[in-house]
Amino acid sequence: MSSTTAPAATSASARKGRIARILDSDIYASFRSSKVTMLAAFVVVVMMLAALLAPVLATMNPFDPAQVFLMNASLPPSWLPNGDPQFVIGTDDQGRDLYSAILYGLRVSLAVGFAGVALAATLGIGLGLIAGYFGGRVDAIIMRVADIQLTFPAILIALLVDGVVHALLKGTNREGTAFWVLALSIGLSFWVQYARTIRGSTLVERNKDYVQAARLVGLPAPVIMVRHVLPNVIGPVLVILTINLGLAIITEATLSFLGVGLPPTQPSLGTLINIGNQYLFSGDWWIVAFPGATLAVLVLAVNLLGDWLRDALNPKLR
Amino acid sequence: MTAFILRRLLQSLGVLIAVALIAFLMFRFVGDPVNQMVGIDTPQAEVERLRQELGLNDPVLVQIARFIANAARFEFGISYQFRLPVTQLLAERAPATLELALVSAIFSLAVGIPMGVYTALRRDSALAKAFQAVSLVGVSLPTFLIGILLIYLFSVTLGWLPSFGRGQVVKLGNGWSTGLLTTSGLKALILPAITLGLFQMTLIMRLVRAEMLEVLRTDYIKFARARGLKTRAIHFGHALKNTLVPVITIAGLQLGSIIAFAIITETVFQWPGMGLLFLKAVQSVDIPIMAAYLMMIGFLFVVINLIVDLLYALVDPRLRATIGSA
Amino acid sequence: MSIKRSLLLATAVLAIGLSAASAKTLRYANQGELRSLDPYTVNETTTNAHLGHVYEGLTSRGKDLAIGPGLAERWETSADGLKWRFFLRKNVKFHNGEDFTADDVLFSADRVRAQGSNFTTRVPRDAKFVKVDDHTVDVVLTSPNPILNSQWDTWYIMSKKWAEANNTAAPTPAAATTPSHASLNANGTGPFKIESHQPGVRTVFKANTAWWQKPEHNLTEIVFTPIASNATRVAALLSGEVDVIEPVPIQDIERVKASGNADALTGPELRTIFLGFDQIRDELLESNVKGKNPFKDKRVRQAFYQAIDIEAIKSRVMRGLATPSALMIAPELVPWSKDFVRPKFDPDGAKKLLAEAGYPNGFEVGMDCPNDRYVNDGQICQAAVGMLARIGVKVNLNAQPKGNYFAKVLKSGNYTTSFYLLGWTPGTFDSHNVLFDIHGCRDNPNSSRGESNLGGYCNKEVDALTDKILVETDTAKRNDMIKQAFTITTNDYSYIPLHQQALAWGVSKSVKLTQRADNSVLLYWATKN
Repeated sequence: MSSTTAPAATSASARKGRIARILDSDIYASFRSSKVTMLAAFVVVVMMLAALLAPVLATMNPFDPAQVFLMNASLPPSWLPNGDPQFVIGTDDQGRDLYSAILYGLRVSLAVGFAGVALAATLGIGLGLIAGYFGGRVDAIIMRVADIQLTFPAILIALLVDGVVHALLKGTNREGTAFWVLALSIGLSFWVQYARTIRGSTLVERNKDYVQAARLVGLPAPVIMVRHVLPNVIGPVLVILTINLGLAIITEATLSFLGVGLPPTQPSLGTLINIGNQYLFSGDWWIVAFPGATLAVLVLAVNLLGDWLRDALNPKLR
Repeated sequence: MTAFILRRLLQSLGVLIAVALIAFLMFRFVGDPVNQMVGIDTPQAEVERLRQELGLNDPVLVQIARFIANAARFEFGISYQFRLPVTQLLAERAPATLELALVSAIFSLAVGIPMGVYTALRRDSALAKAFQAVSLVGVSLPTFLIGILLIYLFSVTLGWLPSFGRGQVVKLGNGWSTGLLTTSGLKALILPAITLGLFQMTLIMRLVRAEMLEVLRTDYIKFARARGLKTRAIHFGHALKNTLVPVITIAGLQLGSIIAFAIITETVFQWPGMGLLFLKAVQSVDIPIMAAYLMMIGFLFVVINLIVDLLYALVDPRLRATIGSA
Repeated sequence: MSIKRSLLLATAVLAIGLSAASAKTLRYANQGELRSLDPYTVNETTTNAHLGHVYEGLTSRGKDLAIGPGLAERWETSADGLKWRFFLRKNVKFHNGEDFTADDVLFSADRVRAQGSNFTTRVPRDAKFVKVDDHTVDVVLTSPNPILNSQWDTWYIMSKKWAEANNTAAPTPAAATTPSHASLNANGTGPFKIESHQPGVRTVFKANTAWWQKPEHNLTEIVFTPIASNATRVAALLSGEVDVIEPVPIQDIERVKASGNADALTGPELRTIFLGFDQIRDELLESNVKGKNPFKDKRVRQAFYQAIDIEAIKSRVMRGLATPSALMIAPELVPWSKDFVRPKFDPDGAKKLLAEAGYPNGFEVGMDCPNDRYVNDGQICQAAVGMLARIGVKVNLNAQPKGNYFAKVLKSGNYTTSFYLLGWTPGTFDSHNVLFDIHGCRDNPNSSRGESNLGGYCNKEVDALTDKILVETDTAKRNDMIKQAFTITTNDYSYIPLHQQALAWGVSKSVKLTQRADNSVLLYWATKN
């Protein structure tokens, strides 16, 4: 669904500025009117800051094995019997301070999410623009590739990518490659949505006067696509981006359950949850509860932002 | 029209061959199946003989050709783990997965649509907001954790529902085993179906809500209002009816991804379906099963896509025109 | 709704009613699957134990793992050790009613050594089986072999007539295109018959009322389901949906015990978990030390050994359920295990040793580890990484699922590893296996010696002793030689033995069961109230 309709007569740059200003003010108003959205935004900002400042906020570096002492393993939160005031919300099965581990894990999860979604968006937007702009055979090929891609859900893709990467780089360490395997898997499985959306809007835009004019002036196709078409079709992508970020973080967690996530020596939130999952019945509930709650709150906030953005950017719903 | 169908069929075939190629090439890299088939103290000569016998020492191109030729005849060879034909294994496991997928699809529609309608009609009510927030939880926690938590609550703590398997199954005709006809089978379905359907339910609820909101703003609804039709009639007679077409389409398309996502649910609940078979195959580098499963998922997607495309072509004359001219 | 369907429904209802009436159904869940019923295709403890309910060998192993008579009532060896005579039990019948005779033994001896069998090492290739009469079989060897029948409890005897009639006289080859009858059906002599078998899903065993032995169990039926997920398996036991599970994750043992309706059965397993080093390459594959291999220096290996705090691993990772070990073989299997003690945990001493060896600031090395093969294997490796970090060694851990791990580190993967964790149970329950397979030199490409010696440890003295141990028939002398060999390997710091991991089975309070140290779950010793 294309939502932005372009006034015909003005130049591209001027129009962009004006629309941006109007949207900004409208969006800002809608933002101010929704308390839930403001709370969600606040949560997301806090979490991102926490992730960025993890080395400062944490009491230890959970990724440094020399700082992890096995004898501290599986300690409960400090307010419970056997708790240690040094570890406020307890320790995991290796003796990592859970609070620090969550901060660092948040950092990893967000990084994987951002990298994966950025990759998907770049790939999808690029291919969508090309398919929509050129049409014909190019379009058909790209869209068939998209069909094939849809055949493989993210989980399958990750299992495949993981297998291939490790076979190609035999002997290299999982610690080093896991991050990129995950980002690549998420990128490869999410791009179709962007491509389809962008292609749809580009098909509409390419016949508009301003594109025709740009062509007549003799601008090369890449320039027209990026400088002229892209700004007019990018709107809906913002929504997909936000929603995908939440999905990417969840996917990362799911993949760690299937054994292709980040290694337990450098745990992401998903890895922590998967570790804690094994201790759910044994009474060490904190190992799964705190990372799980952090993940849920983060994804919930991101999704709420996405929801709001979708409604706010859709003029029909205002 | 015939030309269009032919072209689409050819394209679908191309897609399938591409899937086969990808499946094959990737699995070449996944690991060494022979290590999985023998004990750790098996003499190396024996290992080498096995590898030869399986054709793993042939040139890659020969292996690909063999694979595609066999796949065309629905022949995926013998599972390395079970020493049984893969087709037979998949056929045995298919009913479990399909029933689970179907029930969870029905669950997601039955719960998702009313919730979507309600949240659209009573946009600002507290309940609608609660629905929206709760439904988001479904996409805010990883599926495996939801499954384990459900087991912990309903099986271990309350003892109401089984934690694994399909319960008592009944054989229908030759081959199809169903859990839908026994109490224990139905009870066993509840937790996995909810776990699997939660994500789709959220999706459908949000889709219905968005579509409803759009439809309610269209001219013909305004016109219906102007004509003085009852609100109820407008909402359910006109608005919902128009909303359901895209919803059903999406739900249909989602059936494939439900089957794929069943991998995780089946693992958590030890549901004896194809997803569990596939995951075990990945862990054991059982290439014939992995390949067959991927080909099957590919086939399913292609068929669903094809049907949707053809239906659209039949229904929408504009599309037919562009297809004819392209 | 056709008549056929309602009939089916009726039978299903009837089936439920029946199983409720006969309360002696034991429901058992294992982490692993029962993949094939063909007793010669998958050589793995769980499968062998499952099939041990249906098939029997010429010998048997008791609750204490001692070899005892099975389908052979007794046997004797000639003075030169080259001829073994087995006297077969009379009046034994296969499940289909056929008599068990010498022909079946001869047939099984051929089949187990045929192509496609994964049990070829059970019977020496050049051993000749001769039928003396219907119930006597001679085995003629080319060289003496005191441990000839040590693994015959899991060399299951199949019926010749049945196999030939069902066209399954050879084991299912891996590349076969049609399934073999024997992989889906079974005809043994054992205490249970296969009632139904859906590979990887569910297998139902029915008690064999015509068994030659008086059963110790009181079961009428065993329903086996694989449950791979740890949490789900424990949940199934806690909620009473199954009676026996194997394994119970060690962290859940307390929970199972506290539940009131189930108990955890624990004991030491015979498998030794250990760390190994690449000692053969001139430069490690995964290290920042270039031009030399630090593990060739005994002091470095000793330093690593002393850096491992085995008690911490025992108490935290294994929750007390491990027996720290100073030997590469389970102490139960040798008489003098007490004479071997681990070097003291001493990180400062380890640092000194490293400095003496020329690495005062430690070095960097990659480590391979499975994460789904042994009890908490991934966590043990992580713990080791932390402990080694404290003596300045930076370990880059590569913990992966067993499929990938074994593909990398075994011979087929060119032993691509520098430092690794592995577990080993001698299949023969004998030291020769440990010395030959994981301590033997790899220098002869035509020999299978040292094939599982992933780090290439080599000491010719040990090899010479190993060869003598194989043919020595005097038990006392043999034990002395074994001790001598292990003394050499221990002083060489050939490996870092860690511990024997614990077995942990979850058993419902209504079930009594014997736990055997090789982790075989044998339900023909189970009773249920």
